[in-house]
Amino acid sequence: MSLDAAIPRATAPAILPGSGGVRGALSDLFWRRPKVLLLLMLLPPVLWLGIVYIGSLFALLAQSFFSIDEFSGLINREFTLKTYGDLFQAANLDIILRTVTMAALVTLASSVIAFPIAYYAARYARGRWKALFYLGIMLPLWSSYLVKIYAWKLILAKEGILTWLFGKLHLQWLIDAWLSLPVVGGNSLSVSFTGTFIVFVYVWLPFMILPVQAALERVPGNLVEASSDLGASPGQTFRNVLFPLALPGIVAGSIFTFSLTLGDYIIPQIIGTSRLFIGQAVYSQQGTAGNIPLAAAFTVVPIVIMGFYLWGAKRMGAFDAL
Amino acid sequence: MTTAVSFQKASRHFGSVRAVDAVDLDIAPGEFFAMLGPSGSGKTTCLRLIAGFEQPTSGSISIFGERAEGVPPYRRNVNTVFQDYALFPHLSVLDNVAYGLMVKGIGKAERHKAAEEALSLVRLPGYGARRPGQLSGGQRQRVALARALVNQPKVLLLDEPLGALDLKLRENMQEELKSLQKVLGITFVFVTHDQGEALSMADRVAVFNDGKIMQIGTPEDIYQRPKTRFVADFVGSSNVLPPDFVQRYCGQHRWGSLRPESIRVGRTAKGAASGEGVSARLVSTNYLGATTKLALDADGLKLHAIVPAGNALPVEGEAVVLTFNREHLHLMDEPV
Repeated sequence: MSLDAAIPRATAPAILPGSGGVRGALSDLFWRRPKVLLLLMLLPPVLWLGIVYIGSLFALLAQSFFSIDEFSGLINREFTLKTYGDLFQAANLDIILRTVTMAALVTLASSVIAFPIAYYAARYARGRWKALFYLGIMLPLWSSYLVKIYAWKLILAKEGILTWLFGKLHLQWLIDAWLSLPVVGGNSLSVSFTGTFIVFVYVWLPFMILPVQAALERVPGNLVEASSDLGASPGQTFRNVLFPLALPGIVAGSIFTFSLTLGDYIIPQIIGTSRLFIGQAVYSQQGTAGNIPLAAAFTVVPIVIMGFYLWGAKRMGAFDAL
Repeated sequence: MTTAVSFQKASRHFGSVRAVDAVDLDIAPGEFFAMLGPSGSGKTTCLRLIAGFEQPTSGSISIFGERAEGVPPYRRNVNTVFQDYALFPHLSVLDNVAYGLMVKGIGKAERHKAAEEALSLVRLPGYGARRPGQLSGGQRQRVALARALVNQPKVLLLDEPLGALDLKLRENMQEELKSLQKVLGITFVFVTHDQGEALSMADRVAVFNDGKIMQIGTPEDIYQRPKTRFVADFVGSSNVLPPDFVQRYCGQHRWGSLRPESIRVGRTAKGAASGEGVSARLVSTNYLGATTKLALDADGLKLHAIVPAGNALPVEGEAVVLTFNREHLHLMDEPV
């Protein structure tokens, strides 16, 4: 037939010769010993992570076991637990408790707000709407962190947009009533813990939405149908199927929101009361006070808390669905 | 007697797509009913209408005499075995099976006991502690079956449940499903694109095409007496004979169908002597083990014949004569 004319018979040998040269030899080497390639690819990042990053972190942590000479202000490079003694003074414990409470509340609020958004994006948004969703989530991340916080300062200020809006709606009394509450209240929203909380939630929300959305995306739609088919109401389906399967995503997101809140020192400084958070304490101890050991001891706190948090999450089975 | 499932002019349109179009259907209680059709023919949408995942755009559906429009899936005493099983990956096999009882608020001890029994019913006793991910495809299929049956549904829906299994396992499961259905007496509605499966398992078969039911009947009806060219072709690939051809043999100007196994293939010399039969040329042979399928060309009309193994076969390209009994030629309702 005419097949021969269309496709010429193979003339090449069964085994092709090597391409030669250094590149050919390297290609053959990598094929024969894939671990060589793996080593070459991993070496630079491992060196970077191991020495520059983790190494300097440990150098910092080691400092927390030094102490400061209160007269000269010089660092005494001898092993001591004195700095940790200082850390557990009432005033510092106050800072730690305040920061952890704020981080927990921010995480809780973020997950509650993020879930419906992530659920919509994972289940219903398609094509253009999905692109719009990603843009909406990512856009705030691309603009300057400081610009966003100062924008919030204007929104939350006493003569700010929010007060104006509530005034127009004849709801000024609502803000006043809230601000008159102890602890969460204050002179205006921009100098209250409520303001700090709102801005924290706003700034870290994308870090919660994205992992929750990724987790929900992996839940096959027919599991929801199967649950409904077996007699579960939408509420029961949420509790028994959706929530457990989204939990790894929520935990991943909460690691971000929780640890970022634990370490941040700019938001509470610009929006909030004069009472310190851990990040601010670290900043002032290593800056103005020059007490590097205490600053180092303060940075150990979020690390230990996160360690306990992850251990607890694992014990609770948060990663079982992975 | 009330019907188990009844469709009255039920339609489900997605925009301009008529997935299910004015379907009338009655399924009797305790019946093993198969919905057969190519993909996109509307059979799965029909199943989803019964389960409650879809609502009819028009017409009505009733289940055991009760109107089902607007009733959510979780209020229907109907359970589904999903095509890819849809087992909950975060729950053990036992908790998967007990899920339906759990959401009904039945206590742990009682529902686990019922789940164990359901697992024994599908011959998976002692598998309760495992995760679905640790099971083979066939085992998952059984768990999905147990999870549905433990709720003692009025109607069990099966959406191509055997599609992902290999041939041997599929044949075993066909037998088991059939005997299970006999023992339990539950109405089974089974969706498949495999005509062999539908014919061998079901009491009655509905053949779907383009959102409509082409024919409903017993497997024998569907196979021996197809009403349209589509049914003849889809169910067991009958030879569809054009009206002109049929007229020559029966004197009626109608579409006809002839099963491939009804055709006898003879050598030219013998046939020519008797002066009857259709002369044709053998195009190709396809060896199927117990039988051999022959592709034939009778003056431009493409025909298939199936001959049992062991018969002497003509060689490809050879001229042959085809004969058949007149009573095997079935006349269809299809308008000419």
